[in-house]
Amino acid sequence: MITLQDVAIRYRIGNFRDIGLKDYAIARLKGEYHVKEFWAVDGVSFHLEQGLMLGIIGMNGAGKSTLLKAISGIMVPSRGQVSIEGSIAALLALGSGFDGDLTIKENIFLRGAMLGNTRQFVTDTYQDILDFSELQEFEDRPFKQLSSGMKSRLAFSIASLVRPDILILDEVLAVGDGSFRAKSEKKMKEIISNGATTILVSHALDQVRELSNKVLWLHKGKQIAFGDTQPICDRYQQFLNGEIKI
Amino acid sequence: MLKRWREQRFLFEELVKRDFKKKYKRTVLGILWSVLAPLLQLLVMSLVFTYIFGRTQPHYTIYLFSGNLLFHYYSEATNGGMRSLLANSSIISLVNVPKYLFLFSRMLQALINFAITLVIYFIFVAIDGLPFRLTFFALIYPVAMLTILNAGVSMILSALYVFFRDIEYLYSIFTMLLMYLSAIFYSVTTYPEQIQRLFLLNPVYVYIRYFRDIVIDNKFPSLAFHLLAAGYAFILFGIGYLIYHKFNHKFLYYM
Repeated sequence: MITLQDVAIRYRIGNFRDIGLKDYAIARLKGEYHVKEFWAVDGVSFHLEQGLMLGIIGMNGAGKSTLLKAISGIMVPSRGQVSIEGSIAALLALGSGFDGDLTIKENIFLRGAMLGNTRQFVTDTYQDILDFSELQEFEDRPFKQLSSGMKSRLAFSIASLVRPDILILDEVLAVGDGSFRAKSEKKMKEIISNGATTILVSHALDQVRELSNKVLWLHKGKQIAFGDTQPICDRYQQFLNGEIKI
Repeated sequence: MLKRWREQRFLFEELVKRDFKKKYKRTVLGILWSVLAPLLQLLVMSLVFTYIFGRTQPHYTIYLFSGNLLFHYYSEATNGGMRSLLANSSIISLVNVPKYLFLFSRMLQALINFAITLVIYFIFVAIDGLPFRLTFFALIYPVAMLTILNAGVSMILSALYVFFRDIEYLYSIFTMLLMYLSAIFYSVTTYPEQIQRLFLLNPVYVYIRYFRDIVIDNKFPSLAFHLLAAGYAFILFGIGYLIYHKFNHKFLYYM
């Protein structure tokens, strides 16, 4: 279960620590020193019941990834509250939590540990993870030698097989090849049917329509809509086509 | 607290393993460098100061080794600790993990290296003909205090390093200055009493002197000296803890 109340995240741009001493001194002398505030996410509220899948849509820079950081606990919101029940596995970027120099095997253990599992559990699921990612031959190769598709396969395999209560996926399904994408969509449906809550950020509207029960539409940090999938996706499509303005 | 530790133990172990693997990656001698590096350093210093500067103090090698051993531990731990947050920025900005684990992993790595060197140190002590005494067990005390101090200083430095990268350059100069003020290769006894007391302002010197008092001079430090050693450690650890507590959520914006 996920509840967000008026969540907002502010970035400060151009302050002293950001620009360094020299530029700071120059800006001060010219009288041009001012700190800009930028609200990457501004007033998002929603409630997601357990076992549902939320799709987050919006153009680039809408604040989708920043919002996911707040939900997964990486960032503390500047305003508002996030309340979560259950364990979270978040895939926020391709290589997130991986170390390029370590082997696939070592990375599975490291990433598994970061997701809050026990050694026993990761040891037991290790073979399943490797099999699902279809990377058996690469077991002892360094992570950085994998292609980006393979990296995302591995990342998805770990996050989905460690059985989280909440699974967060940021654009990570977009890179796998066709067959793996089908496999991962099937896996995701399985995770949801087992009662997990899932959040998916995707630019593939068809994928969002097919998988999600709820949709959140963000635009420049503001919440445009939250609710049932089809009507909001229709409106978003119209917006993308330039038929409506917001 | 204990429950949290149990949850994080696995991650901590994996991080320690990773740091070790990365440190000795592509080196032929691997972990042997933990032993070789301080030994070679000792050899160079010992040659320079015995033959070039002509020092003839009794047990000079052990005197030198005591200083080098502890200072090297301090320097390795704090320099690694300073970078520990930023070096893991890609993980910290994408995965929700407790940030202090990265720092403690580096601390443990430095402690293990120190422990290995300590074994060599005792071998040298035996070769030099210094008798082993029961009081040697008291050396656990300065080691424990220095470990706490290292963690504290590293917390302060790593937080500052996130906000101001300049710290890296300033700290290397500071470390050099501290080394010269730690009486590693010279003796403070040639200075007047008041100047000698000023050396106690340097925490690393306090721990070095503790070692020398026990091992070379067979002298048990006073209670006040023990308190001083603990005071430095806990004050710096306290400051570091407060900084982490306060800025924990702000680090991310500057990585």
